Amino acid sequence: MSWWDYLIEPWQHEFMLRAILVTTVAAVVAAVLSCWLVLIGWSLMGDAVSHAVLPGVVLAYLLDLPFAIGALIFGFAAVALIGAVSRGSKVKEDAAIGVVFTTLFALGLVLISVIPSQTDLNHILFGNVLGVLDVDLLQVVVLGALTLGVTLYKRRDLTLYAFDRAHAHVIGLNVRWLDTLLLGLLAVTVVVGLQAVGVVLVVAMLIIPGATAFLLTERFSRMLVIAPVVGGLCSLAGLYISFYADTSPGGTVVLAQGTLFTLVYLFVPEKGVLAKLMARSRSVAA
Amino acid sequence: MNRPVPSTDPAISLTGVTVAYGEVLALDGVDLTLGAGLVHGLVGMNGSGKSTLFKALMGRVRLTGGEVRLAGVTSDAARAAGLVSYMPQAENVDWDFPVSVREVVMMGRFGHQDRMRRIRAADRAAVADALAEVELTHLADRQIGRLSGGQKKRAFLARAMAQEAQILLLDEPFAGVDRPSEDTIIRLLRSLAAQGRTLVVSTHDLAGLPNLADDVVLLQQRVIAHGTPEDVLRPETLGLAFGAPAVSGAGR
Repeated sequence: MSWWDYLIEPWQHEFMLRAILVTTVAAVVAAVLSCWLVLIGWSLMGDAVSHAVLPGVVLAYLLDLPFAIGALIFGFAAVALIGAVSRGSKVKEDAAIGVVFTTLFALGLVLISVIPSQTDLNHILFGNVLGVLDVDLLQVVVLGALTLGVTLYKRRDLTLYAFDRAHAHVIGLNVRWLDTLLLGLLAVTVVVGLQAVGVVLVVAMLIIPGATAFLLTERFSRMLVIAPVVGGLCSLAGLYISFYADTSPGGTVVLAQGTLFTLVYLFVPEKGVLAKLMARSRSVAA
Repeated sequence: MNRPVPSTDPAISLTGVTVAYGEVLALDGVDLTLGAGLVHGLVGMNGSGKSTLFKALMGRVRLTGGEVRLAGVTSDAARAAGLVSYMPQAENVDWDFPVSVREVVMMGRFGHQDRMRRIRAADRAAVADALAEVELTHLADRQIGRLSGGQKKRAFLARAMAQEAQILLLDEPFAGVDRPSEDTIIRLLRSLAAQGRTLVVSTHDLAGLPNLADDVVLLQQRVIAHGTPEDVLRPETLGLAFGAPAVSGAGR
């Protein structure tokens, strides 16, 4: 087989085509949103929402609803509970997040064990990108397009919100509404990513591309290009490797993102660890 | 250029404004009338309620009692009309945020733009003018964190100027600022007041107040004193807020 055959081979399987489509859409949408999340400092919130949707997904299967609906309800419930616990007691917010999302995640695990169903726990936890059904594909593409559209339409307001909430409020923007909008976008993006990488790893897609782009540029508009490119390329690379090495597709995609982040972290000019070490050794030598 | 102001005089009025955080009274019945076209200094110890007063003016805190009116309307209406601008303290800004100086100043123009915040020629012109006024045109494309302390303050002042707000709230605009930048900022603030804008400036720099402010408000949960800088900065008056014996030239 020539290198060209290796490149073409995965695309000749229906299941791989679907896997590539679902993973790339999820990665690109999540990567765009990640630009704001890493700047606001909402990484833990992304982790929380993604875990907390588990009982929603299980109940949706039970009631024969699209799993997006269950996931959205529990995503918002988690956020509301976190707010209630951190405001209504002296427990700090990160502790409130930790309490709420682990409890909801555990509820999901218990529900799976008591409810007889065909759903495979592993598929929800780690994604089932090689078994994408038509209905899943439709859900991912529609929700992904919707999220991307709203995000880009509101991008300047969201950027101001991320940079300077006080100013956003003072010039008459509804900060609470933007807060809710961003949480909603986060919850929907988690749903989009579930099929591809599962609830455990979806948070990676919501953080790593944005963090990588942040290291590479000082322009937010460029982050918005770099992050989805990073997300998309890592999806392709991860799926190729997974196809030939027979590894977990979701795991390999996230590993590709993590590897790229590490390379950037080490080698990016000026801000990178290597550049700093070299600068230090130069100044010591001088 | 100048938006119509519903009522010009007084620009800011507070009646019996009280704000409680739990059982702690941050503001306790503040009555205050601030005239338009003037620079008002706001001084007081840490914890005297200066930040809370700003939050009350911006509508960022729920009033336990009393009323705030800006340019004759409620604080909500004033914000919706783009009448209010706020310059944050340096420690409340994320200086690593990937925005350029020009982009920060452009954020002042949102109220003039459509829902997508599309940038029009008028916005570009206003931003360019503001940048020129604060002498940052040559640094406009720098990332905001790559400025000196004084330049950062001037960038945020440019944002308020580009917004064309009538009421400017400035939280410690001289903290971490070198002498030349301080002089530039004072000159700009005076010229804004001369154009009819109303400025409220919180500061620890008591010595600089006579050059800056038309009048000074001394705050300690309530208004302890309100008058010309000379009157309020008298040691016996300052002692009421800062505790006797008043330090001469405190802050510098």
